[in-house]
Amino acid sequence: MNLAMNKGLTRALMLTGALALAACTNPGAGDDVYLSGDPSAGGVAGVQGDPSSPAYFQQTVGDRILFAVNESTISPTAASTLDLQADWLLQNMDFSAVIEGHADEQGTREYNLALGARRASEVRQYLIQRGIAPNRLKVVSFGKERPISICSDESCYSQNRRGVTVLSAS
Amino acid sequence: MIRRFLTCLAATMMLGLPAITEAAPLRIEITNGVIEALPFAAPDFVAESSNASQLAKDIAQVVADDLSGTGLFEEIPDSAFISTITSFSSPVQFADWKAINAEALISGAVSVQPGGGLTVKFRLYDVFAGTELGSGLQFTGTQDGWRRMAHKVSDAVYSRITGESAYFDSRVVYVSETGPKNDRKKRLAIMDYDGANLQFLTDSRAIVLAPRFSPTGDRILYTSYETGFPRIYVLDVASVRRRVLEQQNGTMSFAPRFSPDGQTVLYSLTQGGNTDLYKMDINSGRTQRLTSAPSIETAPSFSPDGRRIVFESDRSGTQQLYIMDANGGEPRRISFGQGQYGSPVWSPRGDLIAFTKQNKGRFHISVMRIDGSEERVLTSSFLDEGPTWSPNGRVIMFTRETQGANGKASLFSVDITGRNLRRVRTQGGGSDPSWSPLQE
Repeated sequence: MNLAMNKGLTRALMLTGALALAACTNPGAGDDVYLSGDPSAGGVAGVQGDPSSPAYFQQTVGDRILFAVNESTISPTAASTLDLQADWLLQNMDFSAVIEGHADEQGTREYNLALGARRASEVRQYLIQRGIAPNRLKVVSFGKERPISICSDESCYSQNRRGVTVLSAS
Repeated sequence: MIRRFLTCLAATMMLGLPAITEAAPLRIEITNGVIEALPFAAPDFVAESSNASQLAKDIAQVVADDLSGTGLFEEIPDSAFISTITSFSSPVQFADWKAINAEALISGAVSVQPGGGLTVKFRLYDVFAGTELGSGLQFTGTQDGWRRMAHKVSDAVYSRITGESAYFDSRVVYVSETGPKNDRKKRLAIMDYDGANLQFLTDSRAIVLAPRFSPTGDRILYTSYETGFPRIYVLDVASVRRRVLEQQNGTMSFAPRFSPDGQTVLYSLTQGGNTDLYKMDINSGRTQRLTSAPSIETAPSFSPDGRRIVFESDRSGTQQLYIMDANGGEPRRISFGQGQYGSPVWSPRGDLIAFTKQNKGRFHISVMRIDGSEERVLTSSFLDEGPTWSPNGRVIMFTRETQGANGKASLFSVDITGRNLRRVRTQGGGSDPSWSPLQE
């Protein structure tokens, strides 16, 4: 018998048991959690007709802008949407926002995370220039992790390269 | 050629069997050229206790699968055997194995001890030379650890024939994926390199990305969105306890990797939309900024000696690979071919860098020398990315994602020669593999 070998294998087995136990005991998320802004996530409440509701912001003001391939520049179309977002945020001071940056699937995971962060940050800077207090605007990048359109061509990619302004209560 | 004996294996040489020191012709040179797979026979191991017959069969099969899976060896099926092995100590009838062209023969025996312990022993024969190659080895452990003991046998056989270290007794941590593309659930999972013994390490409530083993395999770094924002966590494999490493407000952190001594974590931190490289002493939490450029710097990986870092940056306008000193300084660009280069990983041998290449709408896993020369494309598909090296630097595992609305991610492996592309067995989809070192 070889003790060293024996010990190694025994430890491996104990480990297996520990993993099985731990798989379902992860605690919940931390304190800065917010609901995702994608409609499928059901994170938006309120009546669309009420101009101060998040639903109005999402659907009438427009909660998202789109980007060109590998770009984080705000297009003129995007700028007009962001102008409306800024106006709404100035009138509805009870809300803060998390700005999500997203990328299409044509890129490596890490690069897309960084690219999404650039996009979210550009949106944030634009809104700050339009008078929104910086402390009301957080940013997060989802890289290519949260596509909303799932085909593998430009018609979907163009929808996925987006910045989404997700409201949260201040 | 003198055989290298594997002193690294914690195993006992069997008494009364002097090591063969004579030269023998059984050898695969896997450094260059086209390889013809070496035919081998691995008959069922001999059950030396009445309750070991199933294990004796299963262990021989795992050994055969390990060796065949390399593409360097070809299993001769049992149905071709002229004789079989019924006693571990009886002389081998070399003529019977030569007749079916088995160049290598692996014989083994398995016994379950009264206390429940398992003993596995094996011998490797060079059939055409009519000699034993190396000495018999014996492994002891518990019955539940039988697959590891089988992998140890495979590791020894592979090493004796190729003269290189092996990779079978190793694990892979990866991201298990289920659900459609627009509602994908991701969990960290760990398994043996061949897909056996799967265990989940996290639930699917938060997105998890890119787990990375520590140099001894005891800890895993990964990125999780459990707070809603990407943060780096370190998870202890034995206890499955985890803690957040980096949580400055208003920042994101991702793409972590351990230093070769396991003390330092390299990673990317994004602040104000700009992503740069940092490193952190994992015990003190002290951080050091390594790059300060308006461009994206990410996906860093240490050289095996810990003195240099390879990473990707778009400072030139497109994603390219750079090497710099581990303490920062001026990076030197090493990629100059067509397309974009990302997710570089330094090989455990130190001589190559594996990376993801994106060119003309296709993705490739490729390797190059550390000076950027001899770039070699190993794979091509709609989306291949995220290479990780086998412990011996011979094989690369990576993510392959298929195209379209029903696209799914799976793990694949390929030899660094570009041969032997294989899907790695996982339960459901999988991405972002990280290969552990050989287990002790």
